[in-house]
Amino acid sequence: MKVIQYTEIVDEVSRICQEANFDLGEDVVNAFKESVKTETSEAGKSILNQLIENADIATSNRVPMCQDTGVSVFIVRLGQDCHITGGKLEDAINEGVRKGYDEGYLRYSIVDDPITRSNTGDNTPAVIHIELVEGDALDVQMSAKGGGAENMSAMKMLTPSAGLEGVKDFIMKTVREAGPNACPPLVVGIGIGGNFEVAPYLAKKSLFRPVGERHPDEGIAALEMELHESVNQLGIGPQGLGGNTTALDIKVETAPCHIAALPVAVNLNCHASRHKHFVI
Amino acid sequence: MSEIRIKVPFEPGAAEKLKSGDTVLLSGTIYTARDAAHKRMAEALERGEDLPVDLTGQVIYYVGPTPAKPDEVIGSAGPTTSSRMDAYTPALLAHGLKGMIGKGYRSREVTDAIQENKAVYMVAIGGTGALLARKITASKLVAYEDLGTEAIRRLEVEDFPCIVINDSAGNDFYESSQQSFAND
Repeated sequence: MKVIQYTEIVDEVSRICQEANFDLGEDVVNAFKESVKTETSEAGKSILNQLIENADIATSNRVPMCQDTGVSVFIVRLGQDCHITGGKLEDAINEGVRKGYDEGYLRYSIVDDPITRSNTGDNTPAVIHIELVEGDALDVQMSAKGGGAENMSAMKMLTPSAGLEGVKDFIMKTVREAGPNACPPLVVGIGIGGNFEVAPYLAKKSLFRPVGERHPDEGIAALEMELHESVNQLGIGPQGLGGNTTALDIKVETAPCHIAALPVAVNLNCHASRHKHFVI
Repeated sequence: MSEIRIKVPFEPGAAEKLKSGDTVLLSGTIYTARDAAHKRMAEALERGEDLPVDLTGQVIYYVGPTPAKPDEVIGSAGPTTSSRMDAYTPALLAHGLKGMIGKGYRSREVTDAIQENKAVYMVAIGGTGALLARKITASKLVAYEDLGTEAIRRLEVEDFPCIVINDSAGNDFYESSQQSFAND
């Protein structure tokens, strides 16, 4: 059985929280560069170029690319043959967030209570999902998820007669209504199936796949490409100022569901699609 | 597209000359305020109290910056979604506010109040906080310090780039620009 120290997790979490905010992934930057070539709006091209320049400044100066340094969302795959010593896993993650957001001069964006709203002053608590898996590795994925795009995300309990057309209509409606508010060009994460809490989690999880990577299932991959094309016909464009780059990519994940149900969730990610990963 | 250089706070009558679709470069002084500061200002007005800053001719920038590093004026400082301030905005426009910088759509109540008060709504490019911070030359905390990133700060800006969305004539640049690229 592998033994993992609490402090090792704290340090790794702190590191990826900072990296997520300073170093936009190559997948996203490449998507900007490809989009500049295909964007038909001059204003849209100019915005995409500014996003590339902004990402460069963030990396070279070690400053956050966006002032909304996000809710820290973690998807943890904990090998069942792995033993964590020195403290609780959730505490280690929260301590890592506290350390990373402090040392990196990142913004504290969490309030302790949704009604009384007092800032916790350290960006904790993080949102932590833990899945138990085979093996002895601790696999941690982190997303710095901005509030603007999260606010424009939506889920709907469709019923089976709505079919795939109903699902597509809901996705298009959600992206159209989000318009400039969600900071396009977007990465659109879609969860279809499961139940009331599973569909949004699938949508969130789908956003962790690199931009440009297709789903391994051919049918789902084809749906992703079809949706991507449709979304880019909406005209919203970069920052909602018109153009054909409304989304950089669309991700779909599905799960079995009840005979009465067809849940669909659309989790929007702004162009600052910040995802980092470590394995111990 | 030509760029219009303009001083802020606005001289009387200057905000209403800006037109939907204009690219403007703002230089001068602006104030930051987002959700929590707006709520406090609205509560102060309801109680009949003065606002912590004089808004006459002023511009509010919807931003909650990241903390400044020791060698910096300000951290990352891009716009946040404006619609969350919609509920509070008409009252501030009635108190002399002439401009707002944010991102995203405004409500009908706000665009009506922009027309009535001959003001202007502008956007900066969302998610370019590292780039926009370079246009901010000074930052001073002026009110509601306990709100942290949501406190009111006075910023000195130089050629801060914005695009006019809603003008005093009732035009909406989002509407016109998206329509020309829509294919559905």
